[in-house]
Amino acid sequence: MTDQTLLTIDDIDVVYDVDPPVHAVRGVSLRLERGEILGLAGESGCGKTTLAYAIQRLLRPPAVISAGGVIFHDRDGDDIDITALGTDALRRFRWDKVSMVFQGAMNALNPVKNIGSQLEDVFLTHRPEMSRAERRAQCAELLEIVQVGRDRLRSYPHELSGGMRQRVMIAMALALKPQLMIMDEPTTALDVLIQREILQQISELRSRFGFSVIFITHDLPLLLEISDRIAIMKAGEIVELDTPANIYRGARHEYTRTLLSSFPSLTGDRGGFLRTGEAR
Amino acid sequence: MRFLLRRAVFYLFTLWAAITINFFLPRFMKGDPITAYLARNQGKVSPEAIESLKVLFGLNTDRPLWQQYLDYWGLLLQGDLGRSLSKGLAPVSEVIADALPWTVGLVGIATLISFFVGTSIGTYIGWRRGSRAEFVVPVATFLSTVPYFWLGLIMIALFSTTLGWFPASHAYDKTLTPALSWEFISNVIYHGTLPALTIVITSLGGWILGMRNMMITVLDEDYITVAQAKGLSPRRVVVNYAARNAVLPQLSSFALSLGFIVGGTLIMEMIFSYPGLGLRLFEATLAKDYPLMQGIFLVITLSVLVANIIADIAHAALDPRTRQEEAL
Repeated sequence: MTDQTLLTIDDIDVVYDVDPPVHAVRGVSLRLERGEILGLAGESGCGKTTLAYAIQRLLRPPAVISAGGVIFHDRDGDDIDITALGTDALRRFRWDKVSMVFQGAMNALNPVKNIGSQLEDVFLTHRPEMSRAERRAQCAELLEIVQVGRDRLRSYPHELSGGMRQRVMIAMALALKPQLMIMDEPTTALDVLIQREILQQISELRSRFGFSVIFITHDLPLLLEISDRIAIMKAGEIVELDTPANIYRGARHEYTRTLLSSFPSLTGDRGGFLRTGEAR
Repeated sequence: MRFLLRRAVFYLFTLWAAITINFFLPRFMKGDPITAYLARNQGKVSPEAIESLKVLFGLNTDRPLWQQYLDYWGLLLQGDLGRSLSKGLAPVSEVIADALPWTVGLVGIATLISFFVGTSIGTYIGWRRGSRAEFVVPVATFLSTVPYFWLGLIMIALFSTTLGWFPASHAYDKTLTPALSWEFISNVIYHGTLPALTIVITSLGGWILGMRNMMITVLDEDYITVAQAKGLSPRRVVVNYAARNAVLPQLSSFALSLGFIVGGTLIMEMIFSYPGLGLRLFEATLAKDYPLMQGIFLVITLSVLVANIIADIAHAALDPRTRQEEAL
């Protein structure tokens, strides 16, 4: 891992402009290192997903970024201020530099188009110079990488299991070799075995392609295992940011301790996880 | 393949049921139009025609019902629907063949235009939700509640009687003979403009609202957010992701409206004296011309069936999930 910074989130505020306004993200600042896995944990509704969407400027009205900025430090040395990008520049930026894997594995794929053409869409838009054959070859290779298999190119989403769909989404997120992948609860809808396989795959892919990951989940024990650093979010603010070891052994913030103690150990006792660490 | 086979069996059964009901219907009717007709036209009707009429009307009661049923099928398969009482005993199939192209041409084209224009507008205002384009919504709601015969009368009063821009009735000038010339075709278009406009205006609202509402539902789906996160052009997101999914329920309504093309324009054709099937049905009803009515009913049933087949095929082509479910 290098010391280079990939993404700087500077004091960002997101407000849902309803009556009364909801301040979903309050003054969050973060620095993400190149190649790092940053875990983002917190209870439902604490603003994790809103923050992730804000990074890509995917928020739709009534949500607005009311203050702050997001700077992306490109591999070739350019600093891109995402909050200041124009419509077309933003479109070119998305997926090429930062891709996303979404929460709902079930609904993230267009039901009426086969997955091959949905993968190809990415190349058609961002790599118009590629020939049809090159695109096809790339899509097939991507499906091989995530172990779905190239023979699935012509399958429709409803013909795949939840795990396979999420792998397809990961393949899609990999397509342009982005420098950052935001994963918004990518395994929440899956059973634990599939979840484990997919997590292994993600970390393998990360070491192979060297992208950074912002991994969003409410599953704190999972983050302790896979992250380089963990940010704990509560009511729109980051209350703690530290390495898994420090958070596990000596969480400073009261909320982090509550969050940790709310997961049962393998023996099923509430809070057992915190005291004995059996789940580790 | 299995999907197609299952549908084919289903449609054959429906067809059989419809034709059988058509066979029994006049046999349940009170009175005997043939005897009355024959009394009025002594000696003008050939014995074969009398026989054919009697078969279609179930008046040859000397034969058992199943025998009549078979005879009826035999005649039907030869394309013999009997003879029209009000059209000088012309074969019903000919009367229908003369009228059908006018109805299908006028109402079919108007329905197609309305569907495509309405769906496009609906797509646009659904995509631009909350923008100024939304003013279309109350207008569309208003138009979709206007009865088309009423609008037809207003159109005639305004554009024909008052302004004199368009003719008020008939499909073409009586001075012209039907031919594949520009003169004739342009005259047909000229005469068809007012009725077609009436249909388009009154049905447009439904297509706009249906498509807009579906667009709004579909735009909340995760795959739309994914498409946007992928950096796809707005055009690609709207066409390939949003509209492509939102149009599916529209197709079912479209198939239904295709089925109503033949049967649903009776009043419109009366208002514009348009020589289509609706007008023929109206005349047949007035003249108690049962063979013609029966023939037209059959055509209406068939057209609904054909429209459903088209909708099925379109659905299977556009929605892979339909193929899957039906094949199970």
